[in-house]
Order: sequence, then C-alpha cells, then structure tokens
Amino acid sequence: MSASSDVGHHAQRQARWHYGEAAFWLIVLACGFLFPNRYLIMTDILRLALFAMSLDLILGYAGIVSLGHAAFFGVGAYAAGLLALHGIVNEPVLALVVAGLAAMVLGFATSFLVIRGVDLTRLMVTLGIALLLEALAERFSAITGGTDGLQGIEMQPIFGEIPFDMFGKAGFFYSLAVLFLLFLLARRVVHSPFGLSLRAIKNNPLRAAAIGIPVNRRLIAIYTLAAFYAGIAGALFTQTTAIASLDVFAFERSADLMLVLVIGGTGYLYGGLIGAVLFRMLQELFSTITPQYWQFWIGLVLVVIVLVGRQRLHRWALYVPNLVIKQIAGCKAVVAVPESDA
Amino acid sequence: MTIALETQNLEKQFGGLRVTRDLSLKIEQGARHALIGPNGAGKTTVINQLTGVLKPNSGRILLEGQDITDLAVHKRVLRGLSRTFQINQLYPDLTPLETIGLAVSERLGHGGDWWRRMGTRRDVNGEIADLLARFHLLDVMNEQTVTLPYGKQRLLEIAVAIAAKPRVLLLDEPAAGVPESERHDILAVVGSLPRDVTVLLIEHDMDLVFSFADRISVLVSGALLTEGPPDQVARDPQVKAVYLGEEAINV
Repeated sequence: MSASSDVGHHAQRQARWHYGEAAFWLIVLACGFLFPNRYLIMTDILRLALFAMSLDLILGYAGIVSLGHAAFFGVGAYAAGLLALHGIVNEPVLALVVAGLAAMVLGFATSFLVIRGVDLTRLMVTLGIALLLEALAERFSAITGGTDGLQGIEMQPIFGEIPFDMFGKAGFFYSLAVLFLLFLLARRVVHSPFGLSLRAIKNNPLRAAAIGIPVNRRLIAIYTLAAFYAGIAGALFTQTTAIASLDVFAFERSADLMLVLVIGGTGYLYGGLIGAVLFRMLQELFSTITPQYWQFWIGLVLVVIVLVGRQRLHRWALYVPNLVIKQIAGCKAVVAVPESDA
Repeated sequence: MTIALETQNLEKQFGGLRVTRDLSLKIEQGARHALIGPNGAGKTTVINQLTGVLKPNSGRILLEGQDITDLAVHKRVLRGLSRTFQINQLYPDLTPLETIGLAVSERLGHGGDWWRRMGTRRDVNGEIADLLARFHLLDVMNEQTVTLPYGKQRLLEIAVAIAAKPRVLLLDEPAAGVPESERHDILAVVGSLPRDVTVLLIEHDMDLVFSFADRISVLVSGALLTEGPPDQVARDPQVKAVYLGEEAINV
C-alpha cells in the first residue's frame, strides 16, 4: 500500500504547483499596475502568449507541426468581429466563447487531414488551409470587408459592466483573465492521463498504439482543443483592437508563432508565454536600434538558440540565481526550466 | 484444448516477394509456443500481422475464435493481445512510472481522462506499484527511460506489455542485446509469467527456446517447415539442415 501511495505521489510530481509558477503569474499581474502606459503592447503579448500556448499543445505535447495555425486565429478574429458588428452576440465574453467554438469546428474538420501523413505533409496541409482561408476571406468581401477588413466594430462592455477604455486597461486585464483561465485548463489537461498519452504518441506512435492508445482519436481531440485556443486568441485580437483584417490569416503570423516557441521552448506550457514576451521585447529592441533591419537580428538570435541549444542557454542564464539559492538555502538548485526537445 | 490464437492461410507479399506463405498456426490456450527460424524467415513480419501493424494480403487471424484480421492495433490490445518489441520501443522522455501508468490507464478505460490528474486513482497506482516491483523498476521509476541501462529498458519493455493484462503475449526476442550479467532477470521474468497467459515466443537463442517452450514451430522462407514438441523438432533432420546450413554460411 505504501508503494502504491508512493507511486501516486510521484505521478503527481509534475502536476503540483511550484513557487516559481506563482511568482511568474504575480509578476505578470503586477505588470498591469507597474506600466499603465504600456497596456497595448502588453495586451499584444498576452494574445501572442495564448496563441503560442495553443501551438505548444499540439507541437510540444503531441508532436504535430503546423505552419498554418493562423487559420484558427483568423476564424476566431473574424467570428468575433462579425458577432459584434452585426450585434448577434453583444456580450464580449460570450462572443469570445462562440468565436472560439467556430475555430474549434474548423479544427475538428481539418484534423482529419492533419493526422494523416508525417511532418512534411502536415506542414504543407496546415499551410495550405491557412492560405485557402485567407483567399476565401478576400473573395467574400461582402461578409469580411475584403482587403479593407471589418470596420466600425464597437465593443459592448464586458458582462455589460466594464467598458473597453481607450488606454486598453480593461482590454489588458480581460486578456490576462482569459489567458490565465485557459492556462489552468491546459495545465489540467496536460497532466491528465490524456495529456500523458499525447507525450507517448509524440515519443513513439508505434508503441503508443501497441499499449492500447487510440492514437488518431487523441490527436483529433488535442488538435480541436488547440484550434479553440487559437480561435480565442484571434477573438481577443478583434475585441481589444476593434479591427479584423486579412492579415489575421497571414503566413507571417503562423511563422512568427513557431519562432516564439523556438525561443521559449516547447512542451511545458510556459514556453509560449515566455517566448511571447522575449519575442516582442527583442522585436522592440531591435527595431529601435535598427528600424530597417531588425529582422536580421531576430534571425541571428534564432540561429544562435538552435545551434547552442536552449538547455545550455538556460544553464548559463540560471547559473547565478542557482548559485545564490545554493548559498542561501543550502539546498540543491531548484530554479530550472523543464526541458523537452523543441 | 481451446485455441488462443490462430492464423489461417496467412499470406503477405512485399512487391513480388512472398514473406509469409500460406501460414496456418494454432497456439493453444496457456501454451509456451516458440516460433523459430533462421534470419530472414519472416518471423517479425508474422508478429506485425498478428498485432495489426501490417495487413496480410490474404488469410485470417483469430483471437480466441474471433476474427481480428481487420482490427486496428490498439483495439487488439484491448481484446487481450499484447507484444514486446525486438528492439526497444519505449518513450525516451517518459519515466517507467509514466510509461506503465499509461498502459494501465488505457486498459482500465481511463486513458482519455483529460480532467483528472495522473496519479489520483488508487486502483491504477496500486497496479503500477505492483508492476514496478515485479520488474525490479521501483528504484528507477522517476528516471527518464532514455537514461536507463539496457537491461532495465528491456524489463520495462516486457512490463509495459504485461500492464495491458494480455491473455496472449507475443515476445519478440526478449533477451536480444542484453548483456550476460542482466540476462538472468529477464529469463526469470519470462519464466514466471502466469500460466493463464498464452505466450508466443519469437527467438534466436536456442537455449532459451528449448528451456522455455513446450511447442515449437519452425519458419523457413515465410512458410511453416515443421511443428511439434521440442525434442521432436530438435531431432528433425530438416530443421538440422536449415540451422546447420545457416551456421555453415555464418562460418
């Protein structure tokens, strides 16, 4: 019996909350009060973080590569825009969920194309679907506004109480709340038997089937969930900026997302969040130094990360904090970033 | 005697190459059946058809009298047909605890739980603990599989197959590549499998085959050469010719 409870204890090891995690979220919350004139960029980072978390669910946990994740972002964005523009669903939270569900339906429908084939096929299929949607949105301009995008969106107050202000304060805290709730859900999912089976599929699909895991069904489920997340991120985009234009489907958006995960790391949920912060900060930094050629430096950073390896970079970055902890607490270093192959 | 696993006129071709030729096997309930044959005889191809990784061109596969020829891999596992792999097929990033936990969860129908955390079900935990103990894996249960010594990985390979509580277990060269010092653990584990589990052993190592099996089928070029109890097979001049021939080539 003791061995059994021991097993239970160890099995939940990764699912337990760490101090570092609590600190992370407190810092994010504090940012909302510390930088009152930076709400717009911070909201942008939160949206990107949610979007990246969505990709991490399929890439980091299930091993599905995608170069067209913007498809779901775009559907969520246009759905939220249309719902608000035509007054179909006026309450933003409800509209957010409806927009997420719209993306989810698309995710479910296209998952059958994506689960077939291997990495290269998946890259092409996902890329193709996003391009297809972008073209469709342009073609049916009567609905989408074509190249002009949806204009004149007016957002109603959240829960009928909290209006979106022009400084973006409400938008920031609204986005943060959504991100945190969806993070909690994702955290729950990845530490469940379902989440573990995804990691097994990523590691070795042959063996996964050989222990009785219905591989395709699990992949469809997570792909659909990820589409929901991406749809929500897209809807947040429309709701907090009051615009939806064709670039929500753009290839650059999907590609940037890959970069975010390469910077932040995959397979531990925080990769997307940390990656989003670093990516936007690097982008800001490089574009102030050299407005024309900032992409050169982003590219250079990527090459360095991939060549040196994130694990080694983390070890270097955490060397000093760990040394301090070792000296003060006298225990083994606890500040470490769980690692998975990107 | 009831038949646990049966193939009827199984036929598999890769292009023009017939790798399984009209193979009809009957494996009795509770048997310790060995499938032997020289390199390239098509033993692993047979296993892959039995487990559903490969589809036969024609012929049928019956598990406890039911046709499973067209069943998906994971559904055969849930019906009680489990296997180990000749070369370890494990999850490098996962720990033995997680690996076995997954197999147990799937069998008990909790594998799709997305809300409940891993490790909160007492029945699952109990079974994981039993299996870890039985296969000498308790001390390494939290280590990443990729870092384990080969012998431990081999044990985990068998433990995962057993976690599915199979009624028919296919062992594909269980002792392959294991250093002499760690062989004993594996042979002991294989020897102590419960009698109600039917075992089909695919093996190269003749010592292991003759100490373990109570019935032997000899496969040559994808076709059944002969079948019978070990002493009869050992005396069979055709079998001798095949193995002597092979040795002559090896030398």
